Amino acid sequence: MLLEIDDITLHYGRIQALHGISLHVNEGEVVALIGANGAGKSTIMRAISGLRAVSSGAIRFNGEDISKVRADLRVARGICQAPEGRGVFPGMSVQENLEMGAYIRRDSAAIAQDMERVFGLFPRLLERRKQAGGTLSGGEQQMLAVGRALMARPKLLLLDEPSMGLAPMIIQQIFTIITEINQQGTTVLLVEQNAQQALSRAHRAYVLETGNIVKEGTGADLLHDPAVKAAYLGVA
Amino acid sequence: MTTETVKKQRWKLNLRDRFQDMPKPARIAAMVVFVVLLYLLPTKAFYENLGFPIPMGSGYLPLYTTGSDMAGVLFQCGYYILLALGLNVVLGYAGLLDLGFFGFFAVGAYTVALLTSPESKLITEYNWLESPWPWLLTVPIAIALAMLSGVLLGWPTLRLRGDYLAIVTLGFAEIIRIVAKNQDWILNGDRGIPSVGHPPGTWPDGEPIFELEFTPYYWLVLTVIIGVIFLIRNLANSRVGRAWVAIREDEDAAELMGVPTFKFKLWAFAIGAAIGGLSGSLWAGQANFVNSATFSLENSILVLAAVLLGGAGSIGGAILGGFLVIYLPEWLRSVGDVFGWPTQVQVGNIHIDVSPTSLRFVIFGALLIVVMIYRPQGLWPNRRRAAELKDRQKEVAPVE
Ligand SMILES: Nc1ncnc2c1ncn2[C@@H]1O[C@H](COP(=O)(O)OP(=O)(O)OP(=O)(O)O)[C@@H](O)[C@H]1O
Ligand SMILES: [Mg+2]
Repeated sequence: MLLEIDDITLHYGRIQALHGISLHVNEGEVVALIGANGAGKSTIMRAISGLRAVSSGAIRFNGEDISKVRADLRVARGICQAPEGRGVFPGMSVQENLEMGAYIRRDSAAIAQDMERVFGLFPRLLERRKQAGGTLSGGEQQMLAVGRALMARPKLLLLDEPSMGLAPMIIQQIFTIITEINQQGTTVLLVEQNAQQALSRAHRAYVLETGNIVKEGTGADLLHDPAVKAAYLGVA
Repeated sequence: MTTETVKKQRWKLNLRDRFQDMPKPARIAAMVVFVVLLYLLPTKAFYENLGFPIPMGSGYLPLYTTGSDMAGVLFQCGYYILLALGLNVVLGYAGLLDLGFFGFFAVGAYTVALLTSPESKLITEYNWLESPWPWLLTVPIAIALAMLSGVLLGWPTLRLRGDYLAIVTLGFAEIIRIVAKNQDWILNGDRGIPSVGHPPGTWPDGEPIFELEFTPYYWLVLTVIIGVIFLIRNLANSRVGRAWVAIREDEDAAELMGVPTFKFKLWAFAIGAAIGGLSGSLWAGQANFVNSATFSLENSILVLAAVLLGGAGSIGGAILGGFLVIYLPEWLRSVGDVFGWPTQVQVGNIHIDVSPTSLRFVIFGALLIVVMIYRPQGLWPNRRRAAELKDRQKEVAPVE
């Protein structure tokens, strides 16, 4: 088990956002997390990457409890998140953004190689290499955010709504790339509104409702689950 | 022709780009000439020939200051430039709003004063010191103490996001001033500390270099500024500098990239404070006398204005800003002399002081507002920051 979340709770001030979440991600998997707006999906991501401290429970990565470890040190252990709402550095060029992604690494030859790989995955970024991140289109920023997260060579890649605000064509592309990244050896935990795509791509998935996990199963199972169909796939 | 090439050509007109396009030896030569001119600046024969001819009237408008000693004004510009360079690291690079930056200047100045003055209470009352220390020895201590106070202030506040830092730093500067004013214990209140030590060195004829004459102090501060510029440039281009940019642009994202944000914010704060303390120790070395009246809140605001006016995040901007906030009022005063601007007007039986010196905050307020409207990135902006600013404006007021 690469990641194991054991009964975590998390509070924003006095509001409790997570009520005892447990989930796990095995090495080599793509795991999807679906749920309505405000269910707590991003909050789980923040808890894993360390942007927010959990109130109780444990987060084990490769067997080590990292719930008290600083966010930047979790990156060093191999967890990297592409945040919701992209979070590209607006004043840095595309290339500088990617270099920031590799901030914790010092193997410059391998970094250059990985940058070529990202440009291979996202040729659009290569065209825009010198352009400032803040002036990219929404879709391009999303590509940059995913590419930048890859630059850290994470063992576990956290993607928070990578398809947000993208045209259907591009969504297809992004998911194809996620599958590709996964096949190249990166484990992926994926938050998605686009349940159809997410469930059909994921090995396993969890359904989240108001801070609780209410269902889990393989992607295919959940895709055919009547309740999930009604709530998240827009089919009665 | 594509719009891109048109844009490129327009950029070429920009002075900075033209400078960048020059071959390297030419660039270095130009810099050397410029620096030599800077060292010559307080030479009377030199600066008296600088100025503009007045188109209509007779004669010419001097660039030097008639109201006060040119070298003195330049020295004052110098330590403000240092202050602006220090605040630029904090505000311009790391994006941290420090409203009490002059507090570090005060720490530096008081440290030097306490250790170098024979009338310091450390010697006369507490017997902590046998005799006054030489100025040069106290400068590193002043820097270290300023840095330490920066770390002590930053430690609890830099973990928090938001405006806490602005409030705490504002309080810090005021506390130093008020304690200095009201405490007889060591800083000696308004009576202050006299006979502060000067930098070392004698002319060949045995006369001390650093006494009442301002010119050597100007040379000293100019040399220090050049050193600090090299230091900051190297920092800005290092991993530390990249981390600062990331923190300033998006702190969460920076953390997700593995940047230890707290550590680097603390570094920015400490380095800025150290430069502020250095500036204070240089000033004290010249001032002879240090008391609390020097450290009013206005000075912190003036330094902040310097950085914003010049362009946060840009070394050139900090220098230009620091220079302008001191030089401009002094120069306006001499312009006032040339045109016969009155220093006072009488309305009824109230005398109103209208000398450019006392109006300088009015003038700066107006100038700042104008600059912030038409050139929010400052007079000599950092390009990256200009892009960030555009990005933020997009969020505030979407175009279309
Ligand atoms: N900084 C915060 N302060 C207070 N409450 C917060 C904060 N961030 C999130 N919340 C609350 O926590 C709950 C979960 O939020 P979260 O962002 O995890 O939802 P989400 O599942 O990612 O939703 P979406 O699909 O809209 O992105 C929401 O009720 C939200 O209002
Ligand atoms: Mg979310």
